[in-house]
Amino acid sequence: MQISFTLNGRPTIVDVQPATLVAELLREQLNLTGTHIGCDTSQCGACVVHLDGLPVKSCTLLAPALDGANLLTIEGLQGAPGSNRMHPMQEAFREHHGLQCGFCTPGMLMTAVALAAEKPDLTEADVRHGLEGNICRCTGYQNIVVSVMAGAAAMNAAKGE
Amino acid sequence: MKPFAYHQPDQIPDAAKLLASIEDSKLVAGGMTLIPTLKQRLASPVALVDLSKLGNLKGITDDGATITIGAMTPHAVVAASKLVQAKIPGLAALASMIGDPAVRSRGTIGGSVANNDPAADYPAGVLGLGATIVTSTREIAADKFFRGLFETSLETSEIITAIRFPVPLKAGYAKFKAPASRYALVGVFVAKFADGVRVAVTGAGSGVFRVPPMEAALSQNFHPSAIAAIKIDTDGLTSDIHAEADYRAHLVTVMAKRAVDAALS
Repeated sequence: MQISFTLNGRPTIVDVQPATLVAELLREQLNLTGTHIGCDTSQCGACVVHLDGLPVKSCTLLAPALDGANLLTIEGLQGAPGSNRMHPMQEAFREHHGLQCGFCTPGMLMTAVALAAEKPDLTEADVRHGLEGNICRCTGYQNIVVSVMAGAAAMNAAKGE
Repeated sequence: MKPFAYHQPDQIPDAAKLLASIEDSKLVAGGMTLIPTLKQRLASPVALVDLSKLGNLKGITDDGATITIGAMTPHAVVAASKLVQAKIPGLAALASMIGDPAVRSRGTIGGSVANNDPAADYPAGVLGLGATIVTSTREIAADKFFRGLFETSLETSEIITAIRFPVPLKAGYAKFKAPASRYALVGVFVAKFADGVRVAVTGAGSGVFRVPPMEAALSQNFHPSAIAAIKIDTDGLTSDIHAEADYRAHLVTVMAKRAVDAALS
């Protein structure tokens, strides 16, 4: 079947089997390998993307669900238009050492950006609750939580500019 | 995953016809249970009938003494709804505890109730509030809907369109979650109405169930102390790698007390 959707701001039309998972479509058909497949059982969150602005696990999403939708992947996350700057959340992860091996990072970033966009005044408890669906095996989460708090503050500051 | 045909009808009768005419077809709502099931090949339907293009299945309406939640309304929407937070805060709290944010973006109330997982959260809210399940053909009281382990009174081609909840005087939910899956090891929903209290338990047995002794005690005195001494019989409760039946029985009383506390706060 043919599906048509917006991928990181660009109109996209692809032919897919209905049983294609969005994570597979992105990585194998569209060569966007920033979205990672960790557990492939919707536990780990390495595959989180934004579907119409909401965080979803792309390993547990059938490609037909994309039809007519707006999809944002880690490759589409960026700073202010016209610049090469990283997204404020990516900057915060770099600044606060929010990653070690980096495998979970794309999913962490996508979840964190959605979390910060939904609730501007995040508390540490909100961040820990909000990251329940993202697993990191390196950091012990402490620096990730610090990064998300800082990234959310930076996103708020950017909005006020 | 085995290949399957994919149908996206835009009318409920068309969806019901597809379900009735294609043997071994399945409905897909948010897919949060079905897709993992397909991936593990625990199910291999020949066709999926996607409910996402059907009109009027999303959204929450205020009917005064009741609120109605469309079957395709995601958990995140229920959790964030000002209306649900104002009228049945215990139900909004329940929705906010399901899975994780990504699951709450996709998973739907209709899908959860139709699936009737023995450890899912919504069945406790639906039974605890004595809600009505509205389908493509009729209305079913929660007390007659849930039939244990993944079984409901839905017919093959019957589709849930909405759940209608009576607004209680007070309601609360508390769950002890399995740390990895975030399903309820034990979850208890309590609801106080003018004519009495309802207590519904999920996670502890093969399906959601009510606890009449707690309901009677709380109807006399809606306070955690009223049920502190009530012990649940372990007969019929689940024992698995996560917890033995006697521990689950203990948790039912603990979670029921916390749910009453939550309802009072």
